[in-house]
Amino acid sequence: MTLTTSIHSPETTESRRERVEAAAYRIRHYGLNMGEVQGQGYVGQALGAADMFAAVYADQLRHRPEDPEWEGRDRFLLSTGHYAIGHYAALAEAGIVPVEELDTYGSDDSRLPMSGMSTYTPGMEISGGSLGHGLTIAVGTALGLRYQGSEARVFNFLSDGELDEGSTWEAAMGASHHQLGNLTAMVDINALQADGKTDSVLRTEPVADKWAACGWFVQRVDGNDMGALLAAFDAAAAQAGPEGKPSVILCDTKVGRGVPLLENREKAHFMRIEEHEWQLCREQLTAGYEGETK
Amino acid sequence: MSTTAATPAKPRLKTSAMIASFADPGQKTAPAPFGHALVKAAQENEKIVGLTADLGKYTDMHIFAQAYPERFFQMGMAEQLLFGAAAGMAQTGLVPFASTYSVFAARRAYDFLCLDAAEPNLNVNIVGGLPGLTTGYGPSHQATEDMAIFRGMPNLTIVDPCDSVDIEQAVPQLAASEGPTYLRLLRGNVPTVLDEYGYTFELGKAKVLRGGADVVFVSSGLMTMRALQAAKDLAAHNVDVAVVHTPTIKPFDAETVLAEVNTDRLVVTLENHTVIGGLFETVAAEVVKAGLGKRIVPVALPDEFLHAGALPTLHERYGLSVDRIIATVLGELEV
Repeated sequence: MTLTTSIHSPETTESRRERVEAAAYRIRHYGLNMGEVQGQGYVGQALGAADMFAAVYADQLRHRPEDPEWEGRDRFLLSTGHYAIGHYAALAEAGIVPVEELDTYGSDDSRLPMSGMSTYTPGMEISGGSLGHGLTIAVGTALGLRYQGSEARVFNFLSDGELDEGSTWEAAMGASHHQLGNLTAMVDINALQADGKTDSVLRTEPVADKWAACGWFVQRVDGNDMGALLAAFDAAAAQAGPEGKPSVILCDTKVGRGVPLLENREKAHFMRIEEHEWQLCREQLTAGYEGETK
Repeated sequence: MSTTAATPAKPRLKTSAMIASFADPGQKTAPAPFGHALVKAAQENEKIVGLTADLGKYTDMHIFAQAYPERFFQMGMAEQLLFGAAAGMAQTGLVPFASTYSVFAARRAYDFLCLDAAEPNLNVNIVGGLPGLTTGYGPSHQATEDMAIFRGMPNLTIVDPCDSVDIEQAVPQLAASEGPTYLRLLRGNVPTVLDEYGYTFELGKAKVLRGGADVVFVSSGLMTMRALQAAKDLAAHNVDVAVVHTPTIKPFDAETVLAEVNTDRLVVTLENHTVIGGLFETVAAEVVKAGLGKRIVPVALPDEFLHAGALPTLHERYGLSVDRIIATVLGELEV
């Protein structure tokens, strides 16, 4: 089958999925390396959301790596600043940040601080971190681009914990009211937030019904199933346009995905990994990836 | 039953209505100076857009919305969205002016202005209605501490205009300046005062409006109007008063103000704001930094939640009226 929605040369569904899965594998690998340099970090989130980052940067986003501020680019807004570790890995995979620079993650004077900020990093559109901001900014970006006749799309990455913030729903209503068909939100539902499991901190389900009630085109997928993710992005793209329903892809993901040692560890917002475990994590990641692709 | 007997009209009382004018009876005014200035600026700068959070009619943004409906964006009663979206628009190269009431701008959506606009230093221009004590509606709408809240925000320029002249001249300069700004809006029929003083608004500059040998008033916002009237009236008491207008609160023109403060004259600051964290403390900090050891008398709102009531009643009660300013000065001079 030939895809028409991909920005890449015609390829089969299978080869496309494999190409993006390879990107996700490298993003996970970079994430582990960055975590090891710091000895800590949001590695669990980077691994869990790696497939979402890969789908965006290796498949969806129209951008120019050599010119991150190209006016016609699609915008990817990272609302969850602490996911920067995964985002930096994706920026490296996309050729916007040199791979070797990832070693500076979280260090003094690095362009790659622990929490993503637009003023530090090329390709980082907004300063996230204070949760509930990203979608409000995305509404303005989508309005501004449409008003100026741009066909660029806006992607906003947010998390299920962030759905606690009322501003997210102000923006959800605003996007629908203004018919922002050029806006796609992607929510990482890892069912975990700072104080514990999402359903014990503040119940957000039924998540899909909430977005639908706000007037969005809603899809819910396994966010670690690349085939399902790409199909959802295709469906979102198919109904994207300057005016229409904004689109949300709800992605159920697994913290630590791809590294069984971490997948099975007690889930924590800030995952502790012992010094000797990093190499083991990388080996498990590679073994799992090679096992799947054999 | 006969209904022909007319009900006697109730005596008209002074009220705590939300929208009230602080113009003196018979004073020269200009209608909606902000709205008209924004339309004029937008004619010359196609990047200017307007947003509001369900308060277009009450912040004079409706003038812009009528002139440029395609450049006006209604965000609903959602101030966090208002500021986040304004920042998003600025990131695409537009120059947004976003209006709401000052209480909501400062208290409710601070984080969004701070992180989405100020940290990346985007050209987002916030227009806050009902600053200080310009409504008798009560603490829910009286932004008596807005400057105190905003002064700590890096990159944010704060403008406290006196009258229609200030507003008309400030709007294009706010649009042209880099970085976020906050304008303490005076709306509706706004007094026109500064045209009599050969004055022009310059962003970041204080201006000496009149000289005087005995007292120096350092004032901002509508209190400059009161300061000028009080200075005229104090002449009858043989008190000669200078007036320095400081419409830009941040960055503050310390050089001009300190040159006026550093004399033997009585120094009085006048602001439509709580005595905490506004003009008085701004001037005091500069005086201390310069080592001047100078006493300053503040005319400002008290550190309290203010009463509801009619504006003239409240301005008299809290010391912002011309009569109260004169009494304060005469008391200090023990004339």
